[in-house]
Amino acid sequence: MARLDIDFCGIRSPNPFWLASAPPTDKAYNVERAFEAGWGGVVWKTLAEAGPPVVNVSGPRYGALLAADRSLIGFNNIELITDRELETNLAEIAAVKRRWPDRAVVVSIMVPCREESWKAILPRVEDTGCDGIELNFGCPHGMSERGMGSAVGQVPEYIQMVTAWCKRYTRLPVIVKLTPNVTDIRFPARAAKAGGADAVSLINTVNSVMGVDPDTLRMSPEVGGKGTHGGYCGPAVRPIALHMVTEIARDRETAGLPISGIGGIGSWRDALEFIALGAGSVQVCTAAMVFGFKIVQEMISGLAAYLDAKGLASVEALRGRALPSVTEWRYLDLNRVSKAVINQDLCIQCGRCHIACEDTAHQAITAQRDGRRHFEVKEEECVGCNLCVNVCPVPGCITLRELAPGEIDRRTGQAVSGTALEWIQHPNNPLRSGA
Amino acid sequence: MREPRRADIRLGRLSPQTYVAHFADRVAPLTEAQALLEANRCLYCFDAPCMQACPTHIDVSSFIRRIAEGNARGAAESILESNPLGGSCARDCPTEVLCEQVCVRNTQQGQPVAIGRLQRFAVDALMASAQPQIFTRAPASDRRVAVIGAGPAGLACAHALAREGHAVALFDAKPKAGGLNEYGVAAYKVAGGFAQREVEWLLAIGGITLRSGWRLSSTAQFEALRREYDAVFLGVGLGNTQQLGVPGEALDGVVDAVEFIGTLRQAQDLGTLPVGRRVLVIGGGMTAIDAGVQSKLLGAESVTIVYRRGPQHMRASRHEQELALTQGVGILHWLAPVEVLGEDGSARAVRFARQRIEGERLVPAGEELVLEADMVLKAIGQRLDGRVLTECKLAQRDGRIATDESGRTSIANVWAGGDCIAGGQDLTVEAVAHGLRAAHDIDRQLRGERSRPEQ
Ligand SMILES: Cc1cc2nc3c(=O)[nH]c(=O)nc-3n(C[C@H](O)[C@H](O)[C@H](O)COP(=O)(O)OP(=O)(O)OC[C@H]3O[C@@H](n4cnc5c(N)ncnc54)[C@H](O)[C@@H]3O)c2cc1C
Ligand SMILES: Cc1cc2nc3c(=O)[nH]c(=O)nc-3n(C[C@H](O)[C@H](O)[C@H](O)COP(=O)(O)O)c2cc1C
Ligand code: SF4
Ligand code: SF4
Ligand code: SF4
Repeated sequence: MARLDIDFCGIRSPNPFWLASAPPTDKAYNVERAFEAGWGGVVWKTLAEAGPPVVNVSGPRYGALLAADRSLIGFNNIELITDRELETNLAEIAAVKRRWPDRAVVVSIMVPCREESWKAILPRVEDTGCDGIELNFGCPHGMSERGMGSAVGQVPEYIQMVTAWCKRYTRLPVIVKLTPNVTDIRFPARAAKAGGADAVSLINTVNSVMGVDPDTLRMSPEVGGKGTHGGYCGPAVRPIALHMVTEIARDRETAGLPISGIGGIGSWRDALEFIALGAGSVQVCTAAMVFGFKIVQEMISGLAAYLDAKGLASVEALRGRALPSVTEWRYLDLNRVSKAVINQDLCIQCGRCHIACEDTAHQAITAQRDGRRHFEVKEEECVGCNLCVNVCPVPGCITLRELAPGEIDRRTGQAVSGTALEWIQHPNNPLRSGA
Repeated sequence: MREPRRADIRLGRLSPQTYVAHFADRVAPLTEAQALLEANRCLYCFDAPCMQACPTHIDVSSFIRRIAEGNARGAAESILESNPLGGSCARDCPTEVLCEQVCVRNTQQGQPVAIGRLQRFAVDALMASAQPQIFTRAPASDRRVAVIGAGPAGLACAHALAREGHAVALFDAKPKAGGLNEYGVAAYKVAGGFAQREVEWLLAIGGITLRSGWRLSSTAQFEALRREYDAVFLGVGLGNTQQLGVPGEALDGVVDAVEFIGTLRQAQDLGTLPVGRRVLVIGGGMTAIDAGVQSKLLGAESVTIVYRRGPQHMRASRHEQELALTQGVGILHWLAPVEVLGEDGSARAVRFARQRIEGERLVPAGEELVLEADMVLKAIGQRLDGRVLTECKLAQRDGRIATDESGRTSIANVWAGGDCIAGGQDLTVEAVAHGLRAAHDIDRQLRGERSRPEQ
């Protein structure tokens, strides 16, 4: 049996599945239920300074992008950080940790960008007995207008400065949570590392406007006739999150920095992707908000079965396994040639591949043969773009077949070369090496 | 002395609530939520096979996508543009042998997209809306067309011509327009008076004057129509029922199935409709199934459809045969009626001869069988009521009016379509297609785009 327990920058948990700092981790009641369900850890809903708590809207805080069957594709929120008293949260964190010593309890914090503020809160958080802290530099709405959250996360110098303060005032591991609302995620990650961060976590939510109500012609969701941009998360953001995790994992300056992967994780397969691209733990918010805490049991079961089937002894053995397959475009082999192949036994003759290729790609799929409805790839036109594979409703019906070296590419009439040709050496590249 | 056994034909076999339940929509209308889910199963196929299979070529993938996008009105517009009787067809069509038979989701999921039900959803939504009319008439032309028969063929033809601005005089022998949609199709397919609502919607386009209770019954009338109108369309359906041609056919309790259904369709109170305790239906088509099922729903204790050939030869689709069986109607095959046996002038039983195929021909296999019955429904087919038409010198083929592929008959400026012409399959949707193609051809001729044949 593969081991699912992890040690993430010194924080231990029985499995890599943590609940992200958000409503599911808002208070002891939820967290207790989460631990009972089997979650390996939680990042407590972001704490603020002592004093009067923030005030949330009591209208719609969430919006969703739904698929036709009303399954949720994307989720958006304008919720702020915790709206409960600091004392209440601290007391609950301490009590929960005492009851669940084997689970990871990380406390998310967001206070103003002043050293005194951090100095004041950190010892109190440490006193709860928690396992680590996460700096919320990511919240893109509301708090950012007040100079916190993503307002900090978008300025690498601030990240470094605040991280350094935290390292000075607490012995706990410091995880810096990054905002995706930047042009290049490597800069904030490097700044976190320079400030002494023990790990980064990402992504927080993406700036978003969910839509417009066609009847009222007002943006939606809205509160009293007005709305504001919110943070986007859920399955739709997963590819964006995976890209950012990959960038940090591959960056020479941040290589080796532990990463907690977040963004659209709802199944063991999603978690697998983050881990294989370098994450040491994963965090979940939206999926728990949609399905409840029990889903962690399905995630645990799936990941364990997968690791066993692959002969991988632990989560750590999986970590980063896909990273060597990620490179820059210029290093892709331009001599490889693939052709789409349609399995006629599986084809249901909907014609989607034909019209997609005919109208928008390379006119490489027939619509008829001998006057009858028939869909077949014309190898002399196919560039192997994968569009038909993506639009075909039948799984496995269209596949891409890679031509063997020496085989004739009927589009170019040339034999496929056995040696790789990257853009950096390509004759059409005016900047090629040796040109 | 034995008490004379009376044929048990009675009315009011069921409670009023049971009648209501039995004759409500057999296929429930889709709710909006169901329609959205179902619409999203459609793949928006290229050159969609379903559209090819529809006799009126409704652009199925377009209308379904409009439903999926929350645009039911646009969906209805797309449907009605191709088929102004899209509401009836959504209910009448044996979709399992038309559009839904070729839906690619059959191959993949073993279940087609519910095209018919989605079509009904869209058209019903339009008809229930504040502005059910979506088409406007072209400016009035000075052309006049006579349409004889206000069934699906005539109605479709009249509506299309009216849209083009022509003035249409629509004649029908019956008190109500609608043809078999009003008098023939099973009650549970077109529940809630839909046929008349549709007629009202069609006539509301303007430019159509309906004269009901007018029957074409002489050559003089026909010649007068040809003189007074620029074009004549015949959509008279099939007025005659095939006879069994066996002794005892005239006994009480031997009833024409189409007439029986017509009475049922017009009954205000189904409790006033007499039905036998034991009913035999003779025939193998849609009418036989409908008559059998509806007798059962009226409270008959046992209903048996008796057909002279095998299940594979029945004109009723497999789906319809299954419907009958699930409603508790039995089906016997390979039995042809030889004689209706009676007592005191009423039918009591039917004697059948078992049949077998010899070469192409059906021959008696030797054995005979007597089945008791209180009521015998004849459903062995409809025939053209061709007397006047023959006198008018309309060329016929296979016992029906002969036309070319535009619906032109042998007589100049006379078109025909629907069940009354040769070569069709006797379906509502096909009658509509015939009506539309004739309207299109008539319109082109009236505009002078097509040469007028010599008189
Ligand atoms: C019992 C039964 C059930 C059916 N069920 C279905 C079904 O479920 N689905 C389906 O697709 N099809 C069904 N059909 C077939 C379908 O009803 C017909 O194909 C369709 O109605 C044909 O339309 P039409 O306009 O040609 O003729 P009809 O609907 O027969 O209309 C002809 C009209 O012409 C009028 N008329 C006739 N003679 C004259 C005259 N001399 N002068 C003036 N007016 C005249 C009649 O009163 C009638 O209104 C069924 C048929 C029957 C008999
Ligand atoms: C309603 C809501 C509130 C959130 N509040 C916080 C927060 O207080 N602190 C924080 O660091 N992230 C917060 N997040 C971001 C989540 O922790 C997480 O980074 C993001 O939702 C992406 O993960 P997911 O796709 O699994 O939801 C919030 C997200 C949601 C949906
Ligand atoms: S989810 Fe609960 S709190 Fe939120 S709107 Fe619905 S009922 Fe109210
Ligand atoms: S998209 Fe797939 S199923 Fe549809 S025609 Fe093409 S190969 Fe066949
Ligand atoms: S064949 Fe089926 S899936 Fe394809 S367009 Fe028609 S209804 Fe939709």
